[in-house]
Amino acid sequence: MSMTKKKDGAALEGSKALTKKARLTDTNLLLLITVVVFVVMYAGAMIFLKKGFLKPQTFFNILNANAALIIASCGMSIVMITGGIDISVGGVVALVSMSCAVYLDYQGGNVFVSLLIALGIGLLFGVVQGYLVAYLDIQPFIVSLAGMFFARGMTTIVHTAPFNVANEAFVALKDTRINVPGMGTVNKMGNYVNAYVEIGVVVAVLTVIVLFCVLRWTKLGRSFYAVGGNRQSALMLGINVKQTRFLAHLLCGLLAGIGGYVYFLHVGSGSASHATGMEMNAIASSIIGGTLLTGGVGNIFGTFVGVLSLSTIQNIVSSIGLDQAWWTGITVAGMLCVFLVVQSVILARKK
Amino acid sequence: MRNIHKTFPGVRALQGVDFTLCKGEIHALMGENGAGKSTLIKVLTGVYEKNEGEIYLDGLEKPAVIKSPQDAQNLGISTVYQEITLCPNLTVAENMYIGRGSAKITNWKKMNEDADQILTNLGIPAKASQQLSDCSIAIQQMVAIARAVDMDCKVLILDEPTSSLDESEVEKLFGLMRDLRARGVGIIFVTHFLDQVYEVCDKITVLRDGQLVGEYVIEDLPRVKLVAKMLGKELDDMEEIKDDNQVYKGDDEYVFEAEQLQSDAGIRPFDFHIKKGEVNGFTGLLGSGRSECVRAIFCADRVTGGNVKMKGRPVKLAKPLDAMKNGIAYLPEDRKIDGIVGDLSVRDNLILAAQVLRGFFQPFSRAEANKFADEYIKLLEIKTASADTPIKSLSGGNQQKVILGRWLLTHPEYLILDEPTRGIDIGTKIEIQKLVLKLASEGMSVTFISSETDEMLRTCSRLVVMRDRKVVGELSGEDLTQGKVMETIAGGEAS
Amino acid sequence: MTKKKMVFASRQIFIPIAALLLLALFNLAVDPSFFKITLGRNSAGDPVLTGYLMTILDYGSEVAILAIGMTLVTAACGGQDISVGAAVAIAGSVILRVLVGIGGDGTLQAPIIVGFLAACVVAMLFGAFNGVLVAIFNIQPMVATLILYTAGRSIAAWINNNELPIVTDKTFTYFGGFIPGIPIPTPFFLAVICIAITLLALRFTTLGLYTQAVGINASSSRLNGLNPVFIKWLSFVILGLCVAVVGLIKTSRLSTINYSVIAKDIEMDAILAVALGGNVLSGGKFNIMASIVGAYVIQFLTTTLYKFNVSSDALPAYKAVVVILLVVLSAPAIKDKLMGMVKKQKGVG
Repeated sequence: MSMTKKKDGAALEGSKALTKKARLTDTNLLLLITVVVFVVMYAGAMIFLKKGFLKPQTFFNILNANAALIIASCGMSIVMITGGIDISVGGVVALVSMSCAVYLDYQGGNVFVSLLIALGIGLLFGVVQGYLVAYLDIQPFIVSLAGMFFARGMTTIVHTAPFNVANEAFVALKDTRINVPGMGTVNKMGNYVNAYVEIGVVVAVLTVIVLFCVLRWTKLGRSFYAVGGNRQSALMLGINVKQTRFLAHLLCGLLAGIGGYVYFLHVGSGSASHATGMEMNAIASSIIGGTLLTGGVGNIFGTFVGVLSLSTIQNIVSSIGLDQAWWTGITVAGMLCVFLVVQSVILARKK
Repeated sequence: MRNIHKTFPGVRALQGVDFTLCKGEIHALMGENGAGKSTLIKVLTGVYEKNEGEIYLDGLEKPAVIKSPQDAQNLGISTVYQEITLCPNLTVAENMYIGRGSAKITNWKKMNEDADQILTNLGIPAKASQQLSDCSIAIQQMVAIARAVDMDCKVLILDEPTSSLDESEVEKLFGLMRDLRARGVGIIFVTHFLDQVYEVCDKITVLRDGQLVGEYVIEDLPRVKLVAKMLGKELDDMEEIKDDNQVYKGDDEYVFEAEQLQSDAGIRPFDFHIKKGEVNGFTGLLGSGRSECVRAIFCADRVTGGNVKMKGRPVKLAKPLDAMKNGIAYLPEDRKIDGIVGDLSVRDNLILAAQVLRGFFQPFSRAEANKFADEYIKLLEIKTASADTPIKSLSGGNQQKVILGRWLLTHPEYLILDEPTRGIDIGTKIEIQKLVLKLASEGMSVTFISSETDEMLRTCSRLVVMRDRKVVGELSGEDLTQGKVMETIAGGEAS
Repeated sequence: MTKKKMVFASRQIFIPIAALLLLALFNLAVDPSFFKITLGRNSAGDPVLTGYLMTILDYGSEVAILAIGMTLVTAACGGQDISVGAAVAIAGSVILRVLVGIGGDGTLQAPIIVGFLAACVVAMLFGAFNGVLVAIFNIQPMVATLILYTAGRSIAAWINNNELPIVTDKTFTYFGGFIPGIPIPTPFFLAVICIAITLLALRFTTLGLYTQAVGINASSSRLNGLNPVFIKWLSFVILGLCVAVVGLIKTSRLSTINYSVIAKDIEMDAILAVALGGNVLSGGKFNIMASIVGAYVIQFLTTTLYKFNVSSDALPAYKAVVVILLVVLSAPAIKDKLMGMVKKQKGVG
């Protein structure tokens, strides 16, 4: 009975839409909203707050500080597009930085192997969680909740106290700055200061580009959308649903590993309290970037803009004087709440 | 494409059914609920595995092996289901091409061009780059068909594709079907709408109770005969059934009246009334809107218009609880989804509605609940290990009795029974019918819905006939005969 | 038949009790001194019982109280609230704000009961917020409560302007410690009161029946005159009440608050208690007593781990393993496989 009801509504809407001719797809509609919100917000900050917002370096600093989050959010978006969720990314990031830090400082290891460790940890989490979710059909939230606690717990088991890494090769890599031509500014002393980004940003941008292409053009990418859109239909259309879900979680774990290393590269230390709440920021970024919680709709570029929006609003909040620590958490949660409710309303109307 | 022949004496679902589909014909598969239509189709498409029998394709000697939907697709058998099995979040073109072929990279430009080409060829008014959920249901159905056609299908199965389409959309779909027929595709068309069968089909195969009734050329089978075949009563021996059918003679007090009642479930506004102690019914084929009507009375669907009176007094009913408070009880059509609360015990299921009426702060004591449970288990002869047994472990008929008991416990003045006898054994059916008559004689008003017409005739003194989501007639007294009912159901040029 | 029935009815509570016995046996084998209870005097000179078992009774009570609300939320909504830890921080913060206030000197500005009632109201409001997201906007419970999970501790800090008010009044320490003259920790009595109220509520209202009906079949419940949206919402509000009680215990223990550490990971324990109690995490039938026993089992496990010098930060890793084992064993795919194996063995035998 309810089936018919839904369909009648949809048919009505559909015929209306047809008269309007080619309408935006859900993905593009939400992407558009995100980009507009971000541009308006940043432009508003430039006009009304001035201060740092006029300097290009402010923008690059946002990138520098959030490169890891961008990568982790990309993984989160993929999982969310397939209709799942992974809240273990923050824990994995912390575990990766701690493990790498311990390896580099106490074992005197080299940078390349530390990178492999990072990828290995990420992959391991991806494989286990992906298997539990896809093949044993356990709720992704429960699985990754356990994953998160496991990663956080393991971090302190690996090493308890926070410490800075002194490994020379690593520090050199960490301090590498890539100048952005033409974006520099003249400082108070009259000297020209180059605008720069860190290596992590390059990795993040590359990740965004690669994943954007994967999602847009490859069979696997389109399968992610199909599975998230309607799992039953995807099966009928000849897609290997289990494998697709598994790969999504695998990819998310791997990206959390990469993100963990980029985070490590940015802070240069290991600590159990690293990346606290990063899973939340990653989910928030994805949702703000137009990924639907129910799956099937989303865009990696949107996620990228989502991260930027999130950190821009945090910068704005702190530069208008609300600089106490708790405002960050409240702002993020507030923004997320608004977007969640908006999505829920849009979905309800579509039905 | 010749000779899909299959016989498989399944346990109960299908007993030795043969079915033949020729190249370039539209073949209707008809039957009431539980006749075995969907089982047959699911066997053909590899969703179920058959126990016995063979399927032959293209006149080949060797039986075809169909073990999964994938196998069926590879053999050129495509299915378009009532529910759209496409992904609403993808574009039209993607839905046509995803999951096919081995290309790892999507060439959007080529895909869109190819898709647009096919859409134009088939005359489907959609754009390849459109998001599927922005298309109407009819277009979505057609996109599914386009996908099937492009996969080089020889057999196209349409499983009730029209149940949620409006007339112009149905017309578009039929155009497409005729077009495909001309190209030599064999189409199996499952529907409940008689008009549509006579509009597009060449042949009709009728199933009943998992058995083949027969295959007919459309010209040889007038509507009334078709209905008779589906319901299992030959026209000749129909008249004699009318026997102890009581004509309502009670007082004239209206218990319930509705005027232009309308809900969001897509039925035309209807008028309805019932008197004290009367038994009446909504009849019509499945999907005709008979259930939607009673759901509107009970506010199970959102009521969007109309006036309601109880005992001549105007009342405002907005949610099921309002209806319950006014003495209406409703036994829903779908026992599993709307009726039982599976994991709860028989006792809890029995007292649920009465408990809700009684209020949050006045739970029945354990002793009271047990008393009610024992009373109704005995009264309705419910076969259960104990009152503590979870209802889901009972048989269908006994589950139904529990739900019936649940409503009797609320002491309603007006009881609505939607398909109370579906899927339960013959003995229980008769028990329920007897009970209905007994309740009516005690002054309860009952509305009874059943797919089985003789059951309706035996219990009801007045029938409201529905077709295509609107009321098309009302029969009582002398007119209450199988023949007359079927004529009204069939409508059109019934002879 | 009756025998079979008995087995079936007692099975749910059997799981946590079996786990409890298993843990007890393990400890008995490794170090029987685990069960030693000594009567000593605390710093105030009052008689107190100490020992690992007392610790379990003490801290397990917090989890048990939360498990009551969590069981209801799980049953009605088929999901869990992961914001309870953060909500406890908020409740505790509210109590301190009312009792001492920003910049207060530690003396009570208001009766303790007023502080507690204020915390109840605030915690129920936040519960209601979660409930609205879940029941009306149909957002999965865990994702909806993720909002408060992140913002909660920030809000808690904000309530007291990030200060850490200290209560100097002695009576305030009773709730998380000992009442003079009674050697058993107060949280245990608070838990008993909560449990008693819950059992009375289940006995004298139809809460239990309604919650289960909504959790099992919302559509059918609606046709029986229930309001599934309200019931789901209500379960979150009740959980809010439980959170307030735990907030009181937690702040009383310290006489102050630490926003980032208070009740950390307690949501995990509460969910685990519900799961260990044999309640299905996807909603439906529930057994509050089983959850409560489950809560004490969790604390038993925690205390055992502590005894083996596992640091509090590393604890989640071990518990995560337990969670994963639990959900894997209850996954339909695994269940089928196990059943198949049993059948095979029977066939061979």
